[in-house]
Amino acid sequence: MNIVDRRANPKGKSLGNRRRFIERARAEVKGAVLDALRKRKITDVEGSEKVSIPTRGIDEPSFRQSASGGKRHYIVPGNKEHVVGDEIERPQGGGQGRGSEASDSGEGTDGFEFTLSKEEFLDLFFEDLELPDLIKKKLSEASAPELSRAGYSVSGNPANLNLVRTMRNSMARRLSLKRPKREDLEALEKEVEELADGPEALRRAAVERLDALRRRSKAIPYFDPIDVRYNRFERIPKPNVQAVMFCLMDVSGSMTERMKDLAKRFFMLLHIFLARRYKQVDLVFIRHTSTAQEVDEETFFYSRETGGTVVSTALAEMKRIIQERYPLDAWNIYAAQASDGDNFGADSGRCISLLGDLLPVCQYFAYIEVSESADGMGDRRMDRTDLWRSYSEVAPAHPNFAMRRVGDPSHIFPVFHDLFSRGKAPAA
Amino acid sequence: MAAILNAPTSLLYDGPEWDFDKLKRVHDAIEVIARKELGLDVFPTQIEVITSEQMLDAYASVGLPLMYRHWSFGKRFAYNEALYRRGLQGLAYEIVINSNPCLCYIMEENSMTMQTLVIAHAAYGHNHFFKNNYLFQQWTDASGILDYLAFSRDYVLKCEEQQGVQRVEALLDAAHALMDESVNRYTRRKPLNFAEDRKREQERRQHAETTYNDLWRTVPTPEVIKSLGATELARIQLEQQQRLGLPEENILYFMEKFAPNLEEWERELCRIVRNIAQYYYPQKQTKVINEGCATFVHYEIMNRLHDKGMISDGSMLEFLHSHTSVVFQPDFDDPRYSGINPYALGFAMMDDIKRICLNPTAEDRHFFPQFAGNKDPYGTLRDAWANYRDESFILQFLSPNVIRKLRLFRVFDDAAEPNMMVDAIHDEVGYREIRSALARSYDISRREPDIQITDVDMAGDRTLVLKHFVHDGIVLDEKSCQAVLRHVAELWTYAVKLIEVDAATESVLKTHEVPAQKRRAV
Repeated sequence: MNIVDRRANPKGKSLGNRRRFIERARAEVKGAVLDALRKRKITDVEGSEKVSIPTRGIDEPSFRQSASGGKRHYIVPGNKEHVVGDEIERPQGGGQGRGSEASDSGEGTDGFEFTLSKEEFLDLFFEDLELPDLIKKKLSEASAPELSRAGYSVSGNPANLNLVRTMRNSMARRLSLKRPKREDLEALEKEVEELADGPEALRRAAVERLDALRRRSKAIPYFDPIDVRYNRFERIPKPNVQAVMFCLMDVSGSMTERMKDLAKRFFMLLHIFLARRYKQVDLVFIRHTSTAQEVDEETFFYSRETGGTVVSTALAEMKRIIQERYPLDAWNIYAAQASDGDNFGADSGRCISLLGDLLPVCQYFAYIEVSESADGMGDRRMDRTDLWRSYSEVAPAHPNFAMRRVGDPSHIFPVFHDLFSRGKAPAA
Repeated sequence: MAAILNAPTSLLYDGPEWDFDKLKRVHDAIEVIARKELGLDVFPTQIEVITSEQMLDAYASVGLPLMYRHWSFGKRFAYNEALYRRGLQGLAYEIVINSNPCLCYIMEENSMTMQTLVIAHAAYGHNHFFKNNYLFQQWTDASGILDYLAFSRDYVLKCEEQQGVQRVEALLDAAHALMDESVNRYTRRKPLNFAEDRKREQERRQHAETTYNDLWRTVPTPEVIKSLGATELARIQLEQQQRLGLPEENILYFMEKFAPNLEEWERELCRIVRNIAQYYYPQKQTKVINEGCATFVHYEIMNRLHDKGMISDGSMLEFLHSHTSVVFQPDFDDPRYSGINPYALGFAMMDDIKRICLNPTAEDRHFFPQFAGNKDPYGTLRDAWANYRDESFILQFLSPNVIRKLRLFRVFDDAAEPNMMVDAIHDEVGYREIRSALARSYDISRREPDIQITDVDMAGDRTLVLKHFVHDGIVLDEKSCQAVLRHVAELWTYAVKLIEVDAATESVLKTHEVPAQKRRAV
């Protein structure tokens, strides 16, 4: 008999099969992933996602007897009151005795639920999206020097002394040069002491040996400058890995809950997308009516305000926050603005000039115009909203500015997809 | 071990923690009981400790330690994992592989008592059954299976490299759908030997390459057929049938040998899939007797360990707790009911056989004159374990006492009637009825549809004709049938027709047809 401990064996023997399965069920899984996304908070992407998919596309058929029809006998346990001749109503969905067969095979007709890891989830979600080329270039150019370990050096700052290396060198040197050990010295000293009253010749020999050892020990130091090693650091340029995302939204009376929900979904997508590319993503929420104000997420989405609409106040607020908190050399700036397109007539000029300031410092600025009607994409009236008209003037000059209309939750992802789809420069 | 025998009052272990020394001690003590007192005869065992995640892995590859890659295993993994994570399903405490040496996987999470139980259950109960049961001896090659699995995994991998994952996957999909219909049920073969088999396969391949299959060229054209007389036609058809070995119940075997457009690697994959199906065939027929055997053995061993003072009262209580939940049989009107629990039925029957051997009643003597009161319960059980499968075991050994205990009754369900009817209960008249009906419900030929390839339209469009012999008017499930037939057509590359005929009257009940399927392009 053998007992073998297999616990240390590589895990994830099923990973390959699992990947194949997800590949196979891709269409279903993807639908479920999009579904799941609707229920989440913007920053709530940590952790894994449960998805429930129908078994349709991943069915493994086999010849099975149909569950109804014909003449059957069932043997069932637990008779309490039945006697021969009793009639029992036929239960729905097949006979009682066959319950186990359906569950044995593990394939109910209703879908089954399993958990995707965060990586799997996001991979599926952003399957064919990437940051537009322009922005990627900026991303790699944007750099901040960072210290990075780069081996050891023989000179340096005492704070960077590497004790382990130094001790190792010292020990190697002491061993190879046969520096007397302290125990040997002590033993010899003791011997000399014991021989104090002993025969002179022996004592002298011991003293000589002790002197020789002491000399040797002095000549070969415990630490020598050649032993010392320091940690070396090098400054290497690191791509900029933090981003801030500005969410601007009109919260005036004309924005309904539904429109806000549409906007939220877009913001959420953008956040998840950025979070995959950057180590750290800050979120700044700016809402505006006739004045603008930085708020937290909760207030941003769920509180209502009344008042007119002056879009430029939000842009001005954004500009102020950038100047105050987000130095351009350290942060990549993304902005997404959602509005129903209403603006105070005379404000448009100011918006354009503010945008002119903001766009050069932003990696990407997306303007989403949400509309009440589900067919917002085709609504002719929308062509003439104040904001849309004035933004249209700015758009052509700035490839990192994009504007789209969204009228229905189902448009959100296509629009997002359109903005970031691989190999396609965003066009206004 | 001598120390243990000399000091029978000493505990083998104490407390819930296990370590390798304790496992070894417990195993040795169990071995003495199993071999000397119960007379079990087992393969050498290898106990492997694994984590719960590895257990899930093992689940996914249908309990085999190595397996080729296929998405369906990933699906099973995802499914089990979800159930486990949500706490809906505990993991099995062990998995045992019918191989020589017999591999028992035990989980690190188990307490020492559970490990003891598992060793008794798997390493001795199942192991004895695998080694001695006639079905396993006849149909599986315990010493070759691991090598064969390694071979098939590597072969599939090689195919994937050469042919692309998609093509291999499509072929395996089709083959998996036919797994249940791809075992040899009746022909007795000489003992399997996978190693030799592989060598033969290579030789066969070489031979096939140097010769040419005349079958497809000599098909008579429609004109020729028209000119032939009826007797001549019948003779040609018979000849063809013989040449193709029809009727054939093993669908993948037929595809492997006769499907006109399969490539060599596709034939080999069909072969691998049907060999694995064959390996599982005995297991499907012995759920009750196999689990019953293991449960009975662990129950005996644990009790004896306790009687000898080798395990503490606390351990015994822990064991009884898990034992009773294993052999729990919910009543039919209980929401937990999902059919008859094979552990419960098997254990109840075997426990009763022991009682009949030792303390028979007059009724037992009447029902079981062969062994009632023979005072040799283990010999009787060993004989049952060696020579029966579920169906025959129940037919021979289900006692009135067990029927009463489980309060079994029979319900007759005729689709033509509005209601179902109770037509036998646990009384004098009903025992034999219930016994034979229960046995029949475990008969694999009743549980699974009887489907055979009966004809190939060689003179026409090469349509493959399958027949389903319908018993008691239970036809095939329409949807899954269509899906499987599409897979058959993929392999056959011509149209496929399945006719459902009543087994008794030969009258046609239903016909399913599937046109030729395009194979998935490269």
